[in-house]
Amino acid sequence: MRRRLAFARTPTGMLGLVLLVLVLGIALVGPLFAPHAPDEPIGIPLTRPADGQPLGTDFLGRDVLSRVLWGGRSVLELAGAATLLAYLVGGTIGVFAGYNRRLADGVLMRGVDVMLSVPPLVLLLVLVTGAGTSEAILVVGVALVQAPLVARVVRTATLEQSIRGFVEAAVARGERTTAVLRREILPNIAAPIAADAGLRFTYSILLVASVNFLGLGLQPPAADWALIISENRAGLDLNPYVILVPAVLIAFLTIGLNLVGDAVARTLGRSSAGTVR
Amino acid sequence: MSEPALLVRDLRVELESGAAIVEELSFTVATGEIVGLVGESGSGKTTTALALLGYARPGVRIAAGSVEAAGRLIDGRDEGAVRPLRGRLISYVPQDPGNALNPALRVRSAIQDVLDEHAASRPGDVSVERALESVQLPASSTFLRRFPHQLSGGQQQRVTIAMGLACEPPVVVLDEPTTGLDVVTQARVLEEIERLRRERQLTMVYVSHDLAVVAQVADRIAVLYAGRIVEEGPAVEVLTRPRHPYTRGLVASIPDHVNPRRLRSMPGVAVGVGERPPGCAFAPRCAQRRDRCERELPELENVDARHRVRCFEWRETPPLVLEPPPEPALRREPGGALLRVEGLRAEYRSRQEVAVAANDVSFSIEPGGCVALVGESGSGKTTIARCVVGLHEPESGRILLDGAPLPGRASRRSLVARRRIQIVFQNPYDSLNPRHRVADAIARPARILRGLSGGDSRAAVERLLERVRLPVRVAERFPGELSGGERQRVAIARALAANPDLIVCDEITSALDVSVQAAVLELLAELRSELGLALLFISHDLAVVASIADWVLVLEQGVIQDEGPIHQVLSSPRNAYTRRLLDATPRLAV
Amino acid sequence: MLVFAGTEVLPGDAAGAVLGRSAAPAQLAELRAQMGLDRPAAERYLDWLGGLLTGDLGNSAAGFAEGSVRPIWGEISGEIGNSLILALLAAIIMIPVSLALGVLAAVRAGRPTDHAVSAGSLAVISLPEFIIGSLLILLFFSWLGILTPVSLIPPGESPLSYPKELVLPILTLLCASMAASIRMVRAGMIEALGTEYVQMARLSGLRERKVIGRYALRNALAPSVQVFAQNIQYLVGGIIVVEYLFAYPGLGKELVDAVAIRDVREVQSVAILIAAVYITLNIVADLLVVLLVPKLRTAQ
Repeated sequence: MRRRLAFARTPTGMLGLVLLVLVLGIALVGPLFAPHAPDEPIGIPLTRPADGQPLGTDFLGRDVLSRVLWGGRSVLELAGAATLLAYLVGGTIGVFAGYNRRLADGVLMRGVDVMLSVPPLVLLLVLVTGAGTSEAILVVGVALVQAPLVARVVRTATLEQSIRGFVEAAVARGERTTAVLRREILPNIAAPIAADAGLRFTYSILLVASVNFLGLGLQPPAADWALIISENRAGLDLNPYVILVPAVLIAFLTIGLNLVGDAVARTLGRSSAGTVR
Repeated sequence: MSEPALLVRDLRVELESGAAIVEELSFTVATGEIVGLVGESGSGKTTTALALLGYARPGVRIAAGSVEAAGRLIDGRDEGAVRPLRGRLISYVPQDPGNALNPALRVRSAIQDVLDEHAASRPGDVSVERALESVQLPASSTFLRRFPHQLSGGQQQRVTIAMGLACEPPVVVLDEPTTGLDVVTQARVLEEIERLRRERQLTMVYVSHDLAVVAQVADRIAVLYAGRIVEEGPAVEVLTRPRHPYTRGLVASIPDHVNPRRLRSMPGVAVGVGERPPGCAFAPRCAQRRDRCERELPELENVDARHRVRCFEWRETPPLVLEPPPEPALRREPGGALLRVEGLRAEYRSRQEVAVAANDVSFSIEPGGCVALVGESGSGKTTIARCVVGLHEPESGRILLDGAPLPGRASRRSLVARRRIQIVFQNPYDSLNPRHRVADAIARPARILRGLSGGDSRAAVERLLERVRLPVRVAERFPGELSGGERQRVAIARALAANPDLIVCDEITSALDVSVQAAVLELLAELRSELGLALLFISHDLAVVASIADWVLVLEQGVIQDEGPIHQVLSSPRNAYTRRLLDATPRLAV
Repeated sequence: MLVFAGTEVLPGDAAGAVLGRSAAPAQLAELRAQMGLDRPAAERYLDWLGGLLTGDLGNSAAGFAEGSVRPIWGEISGEIGNSLILALLAAIIMIPVSLALGVLAAVRAGRPTDHAVSAGSLAVISLPEFIIGSLLILLFFSWLGILTPVSLIPPGESPLSYPKELVLPILTLLCASMAASIRMVRAGMIEALGTEYVQMARLSGLRERKVIGRYALRNALAPSVQVFAQNIQYLVGGIIVVEYLFAYPGLGKELVDAVAIRDVREVQSVAILIAAVYITLNIVADLLVVLLVPKLRTAQ
């Protein structure tokens, strides 16, 4: 346990952890403390903070504080689901492609090339045009964009391990493929994959939030930080808090994830060159 | 002897934490003399080589002492003053020329850069062409336009030597300049170095882990152990009548292909930086140890005017005794071969091309016999080993175990066949799963291949660890906590756990220090005689092979060039290629 | 070399197919014919490239014979120019600045300069553009009051005549893409500085300026080119959000608007156009890398 938390001893790691806990706390337990329902109008639109409405109201006169407290879950859930799905698909393909190079390698690299030839956001938008706006489409779309990248990372990690002596020794004593993967390979790729999963999650958040911001993901009246920013943009000069607070929260979330990820990577002795992009 | 060209006094180089890497280092090199600086991994030899040029790698600093080259002080703490002297007064020839040459610069630019830098101080008549000619490389315009990746390993190393000599510095530091080259190229580079010294009266420090190589070129030898010089003297004296027990052990652990002898290993492993004991660093491994050795640090004492040794008990060090190796217990039983390989052909296919790794290779191994496959890198020896254990499917040919043909892939072989043939890999750092404890690693084959229960396999682990001379407590360790030699022993124990008849040893000592190598070879010989185990021993090193095998096959580019009983092949080689390899293989002229 | 380029174009073909399939299966075949996807990939690619480079989209569009396509091209030609201005300006600033900062951080690795650059870039590296943009608007508009939150550029006029309107979009794009490139340049440079040939150069007495420039940077340049290509590609994607945020009349805003009203045809056209830019960047980067790395250059 001491080794696992070693990253928190670096100043940036600690800062990241604090930011992350703060934002996750607000997003997960925030609704319990919200004074109002997220879609309940309580006053004049776009008023500045006052008694009973510490962050003012939004463009429909709803309480900004309540909407912010309610609005963090969606991005975490959607991004989490997308990352999970991307790993389920991409991770499985990657492990098998890396272990048995002939089997799926050509197809896989081809898929990665295709995905890399289009900006992920454009791909998502095309998908939305074809299939409409829904949470499921958003999750599937983000997962689809990420799966080939996941597959590539997992494949490389698997490939690196599969040529090592202890794996060959297992093959030579005739162990089953599943046993080789489970006993010899997976435990050794867990660390780099965990690091990658952190990056993927951050990137999923970025994509989900961006699509929501463009108004092409979650639809009003949903309370979502990105959507709140988007729909209140015009009211910026009347009540800046309606933009500032959700923007800062999303910023803290991604910064926190990055700092923690970087600190973990550092304490694992890996280079911090890998980024989400 | 003329005046010293290089004067090193009380040099201390340490980590930023303050732990010394080398300390109390003093020696002199006379003009035109070559001093060999010998040490195993962790002895601080490369650190010393760099410090001679006033250079320390990041995280390391030159803390005390002085270096004088050709009368000028090389002060590593004053970068501005020392920089113009590097390459001009004292130059460096690196270990790995492939990585030491800037891949973006052509041969001409690489050397020209050095000449330009020292334009003000260097002799006026030097040139790129002259530098290349001095190392017998063509100064043609096509050669000058080559990039490093277009050169062979030997050419690359000559270019780095040319860079080092371009401004005609009086002193040159060579840092393992032939490690990584094949033996034939190594022999040529060594000749080159010898010639340059003769023609130019160059003063050289030759740093190496390989006592046999140093013996070829050095006039004097300094032996480093745990950051200190433990013995220093004329090469012949140090090699024939070593006074420090460590030097003696080192010499005794070096195999020789002309006069094969019983290798004597030293117990234990060298101490690392920061864990050095208060007294003599070698004391924990020393047979001549007294109480005093563990408390006090011995000074360098004079054996005679030119021979110094850092040992309280050096007078007690027995002379070297070289015994012949035990006669191989060749059991040519009428039952026939244990393993027979017939007309084996193996290929590697990529999209564009097919590379033949082995072609029409046939040989057989008797029960309890040891057959060695010898060849340089790319000769196909490892591929043959992989075919034998079922990791590489041969293109054609047969592999028979007790006369029964084996399927190409291990997964299709019978449990018994898989159990009877085991393999130990070259690299001890990846042959054990870092996530499994030693006990698990050893118990696994016993369970899978012999069907032992948990309790039985645990008992087997203890027995096997003893068998490979490791303490039983190692069972609960992870591989990351073990040294290279210990890991290789665990890998051998893992192979033994299957109770095999044949172990394929794929370059299993090439990543180890020579004293550790001797210990592993000793262990293998013992296993052979006690268990009747047969070995397929793969190596690039004829001297190593000579100390263990009874039958040898010489491979060149996948084809068997030569074959026969080891003594016959080594003492009267009929084949030209074998002869070339033998001539090039360095040996201790003892 | 052509074969090399050819394999690089192939994904574009496949990308077209994926786009078509996921967008509207019925129109895939039609689209392929329109876009001339049945022609050799390289030819098609050259068409795109030629059209893009000359800005002569009318001619390029004429290749697609269909009258109904033409209006789309007419509609977006101005936007293409506007977006290119945005992207190019951002790229022109991004490359030298991130190269300089990346090298500086690497040379000063472990010292305060490096810590500042590294921590700063790490913080912004995966901030969504709209967050950076929103925060910048709050800073420069709501707080300082010196810049406007939307880029009001009258239709038909060049954004270059309204430099003040360009500041915030470009600043946003820069923040988003520069952080990544600084970090990767730094990493590449640190790796190059740790090589044996750099040590050898120092041991040959070469001065530090030369060691850094001719030995380390020269070899770190090739990976850096790929980094820049990646980040300009990223910038192309990021432009969509930035244009939407600042209501900047460019291709990205056009795309979002088209998606919102489910104008399939237009989405396809714009998406493929963006993909073409993406692929072009890839090819240019790959060619540059080949030119920069002697080992690749002399491979034939």
